[in-house]
Amino acid sequence: MISASIVPLFVAIPLAGAFLIALFKRIKGMPDTLGVLASAGTFTISILFLLKMEIGQRIIYNVGNWGGFNEVLGKIVGIQLVTDGLTLFMLLIVNFVAFIVAVYSINYMTRYTQKWQFYCLFLLMLAGMNGVLITGDLFNLFVFVEIASLASYALVAFGTEKRELEASFKYAVMGGMASLVILLGVIFLYSYTGTLNMADMTGILAGSEQPVLMYLVFGLFMAGFGLKAAMVPFHAWLPDAHPSAPAPISAMLSGVLIKALGVYAIARVFFTVFGFPHQISIILMTLGAMSMGVGALVALRQWDMKRLLAYSSISQIGYIMLGLGIGTPLGILGALFHLFNHSIFKSLLFLDSGAVEYASGTRDMKQMGGFSRKLPVTSGSTLAGAMSLAGVPPFAGFWSKLVIILAAVQANHMKLAAWAVLMSIVTIAYVLKMTRFAFLGSLKDVFANIKEVPVFMRISLILLALVCIFGGMLLIPEVRDSFLSPAVRVLISGMRGGV
Amino acid sequence: MSKEHDPGMSVIVKTVTRLTVGLILLYGIYIILHGHLTPGGGFAGGVIVALAFINLDLAFGGSISASIFSKTSTSVVEALGAIMLLSLGLIGLRYGGFLENFLHSDGNPGQLVSAGIIPLENIAISLKVGAGLFGIFLILIAIQKFESEKK
Amino acid sequence: MNAHLPYILCIILFCIGVYAIISKRNIIKIILGVVIAEYAVNLFLILVAYKVGGRSAIFSETQVILPESMVDPLPHALVLTSIVIGLATTAFLIALAIRLYGKYGTFDITRMRELRG
Repeated sequence: MISASIVPLFVAIPLAGAFLIALFKRIKGMPDTLGVLASAGTFTISILFLLKMEIGQRIIYNVGNWGGFNEVLGKIVGIQLVTDGLTLFMLLIVNFVAFIVAVYSINYMTRYTQKWQFYCLFLLMLAGMNGVLITGDLFNLFVFVEIASLASYALVAFGTEKRELEASFKYAVMGGMASLVILLGVIFLYSYTGTLNMADMTGILAGSEQPVLMYLVFGLFMAGFGLKAAMVPFHAWLPDAHPSAPAPISAMLSGVLIKALGVYAIARVFFTVFGFPHQISIILMTLGAMSMGVGALVALRQWDMKRLLAYSSISQIGYIMLGLGIGTPLGILGALFHLFNHSIFKSLLFLDSGAVEYASGTRDMKQMGGFSRKLPVTSGSTLAGAMSLAGVPPFAGFWSKLVIILAAVQANHMKLAAWAVLMSIVTIAYVLKMTRFAFLGSLKDVFANIKEVPVFMRISLILLALVCIFGGMLLIPEVRDSFLSPAVRVLISGMRGGV
Repeated sequence: MSKEHDPGMSVIVKTVTRLTVGLILLYGIYIILHGHLTPGGGFAGGVIVALAFINLDLAFGGSISASIFSKTSTSVVEALGAIMLLSLGLIGLRYGGFLENFLHSDGNPGQLVSAGIIPLENIAISLKVGAGLFGIFLILIAIQKFESEKK
Repeated sequence: MNAHLPYILCIILFCIGVYAIISKRNIIKIILGVVIAEYAVNLFLILVAYKVGGRSAIFSETQVILPESMVDPLPHALVLTSIVIGLATTAFLIALAIRLYGKYGTFDITRMRELRG
C-alpha cells in the first residue's frame, strides 16, 4: 500500500527544480546537479510506485483536500489526480528517459551558452508531461499539455539560428492551433456533461444516448491530439522541429513528448472516456497505416541523420496507432510494448546522432564514414538502437512489431498486416543506409583525430543500449504481469464499443 | 533642451502618467490583498502592478523602471514567488494534502484576515506574475534595442 | 435561430482566425490570426456558462440570491487560465517574430526558406 499524498510530487519536484535553477543560476554546476537530482527524484518515486502499488489498484488523490465535499454534494468537486496501471507505465518511461537525458546533457550542453535556461525549460517540460499523465480532469489535462508544449517550443528555438527559429515558429503556430482545438472539444464535452472529471464524464456518457455532436468532439480531439502525436495529415511540424532542437531535446521530443501528449491522451480520452466506439477504431487504423507508409518512404531519401530519424518517428507512431486501433487485447499489448521500445531506441538514436555531431561537427551522412573505429561506444550503441528499430530478432523492437502484426492477422485485417510487414522492410532499408554511411566505410582525413565523447554521455548511451537489447524480456509472463498487463487492462476495461 | 529630443511621449501623456501611476500601483496592491474577498486576486493584481511600471517606461521613453529592476532581479523575484507558492503547497502535505489550507481560520465574509493561506498564496502569485510580465516586457525591448543597434 | 446566433458568430470568428493563419504571408498577421482564434474559443467558453437572466455567483448578506439563478461560475475560472496560456503563447510568438526579423530582415514567411521537405 502506498500513500496517495506523494502523487503531486511528480509535478512538484520538477517545478521546484526549475525555479531553484532560475534562482541559483550563478553558482557553477548548480543547474546540472539540480536538473539531474530532480529527474532522478521523479524516477525514484515512479519505481517506488511500481514496487508498492497493487495490481489493478487505482490511487485517487484530491488536490487541496476537497474530497470531503464529494460525498456531501454527490458529485466531484475540485481536481483529482488518478494513478492507475497505464499512468504508472507511462510515468516509468517518461521519467527514465528524462533522467538519462539529464545525465547526457551535463556534457553535451557545454556547447551552448546559458545552460541553466536549458535545464529550467527541460524540467518545466517534464512537469507538464508528468501532469498530463497523472491528472484525472480534462481541463487540467489541457493546461498541462500547454505547459509541456510551451516549454518544447522554446527548447526547439534554443540554438537561435535561422533554422531553429523558423522550425520553432512553425511548431508554435501549429501546436497553438492544436491546443485551441482541444480546448474547443473540452468545452463541448463540458457543456454536454456538466463535469470535467473524466470518471464522472464516462458515467454520464455511458448512461445516455449520445447526440450527433459527439462526432464533432471526436474530430476535434483527433485533430488536436493527433497533431501533438504527429500522425500523418498533421505531421508537417515534426521533421522540422525535432532535428532543429539540441540532441537531448530531440530525444525527449521524439522519445516521450509525442507519446505523453499525443498517444497517451488519445488512449485516455477515446478508450476510457468515450469507450472506444467503432468509428474511432477505423480512423486510428487508417491514420496509423498512412503514417507508417509516409514516414518510412520519406525517411528513405533523407541525408540529414536527425531528419531521417524524425521521419522514422512518424512511421513508428503509425505502428502504435495501428495496434491501438485494432483494439483487441493483443493489439493493445503490442501498441504499448512498441511505445515503450520506441521511446527507448528513438531516444538512444537521437542521443547518438548528438554524440556524432559532438565529436565530428556534422550530421550530414554524405560527409561521414568509418566512425566505428574512432567512436566505439557511439557506434556500438547506435547499432543496438538501429537493430531494435529495424526489428532484428533478439532486439526488443522485433517482438513488439511481431505482436502488432500477429494482432492484425488475428483480427482478420490481412491487408494491414501485409502493409505493416512491407513497411518494416522499408524500415530495415533506411536503417541500413544510416549505419552504412555513418559508421562503416572508410574514414575521411578530416575526421582523422576525432575523439570518443565524454564520460556522462557514454554512460547514458550504454544504459539505453542495454535496455534496447534486453527489452524483449518484458514479454516474459512474470515481468509482463507487473508492468505491461495492468496498463493493457486499464484500456480494455474502458471499452464499451459503439456510440 | 528642445521638446523634440526629449525621449518618450508628449507632455500630456507624461503629466497624466505622473498623476496616475501611483494610484495604479496602489490599486494593484489593493486587488492583491483583497483577492479572497472581492473579484480579482493575485493574478489580476500582479498584472496591474506590472502595468504601472510598464506605463512609466512607455511614457518616459524607456529606462526609468528598467533601471529600478534589472532583468536579473525580475527573474529572482519571479523564482522566489513561484517557490513561495510551491512551498505553501508542500507544507500542506504535512497537514493532509497538497495545497491544504493549514492555517484554517473560520472565514468570515468581508473580513480581511480570515482566509488562512489564501492571501499568502495571492501574494506569491502576484510576485510571480508581476515580475514575469515585467520581465517579458524588458526582454522584448532588450531584443529590439539589440536588433536596431546591429543595423 | 436567435438563441444560437452568438455561438455561430463565435465559430465565424474562429474561422477568420484560421483563415488569417493559412492565407497570410506576414508573420505578424499570422500571430494576429492565432490571437483571434484564441479569443473566439475563450468567448465560446464564457458563452457556455451563460443562462438567461442569470447573475454572478456571489452570495450577498443584504439580499437573497438562489443558486439556481446564478450563471455557472466554473467556466469563468477556466477562461482565466486559458487567457493566461494565450498570453504566454503570444509573448513567445512575438519574441520569435522579432528574432526572425533580425535574422532575415523581413516579415514575409515565403522568403524564409531554410527548411524544406
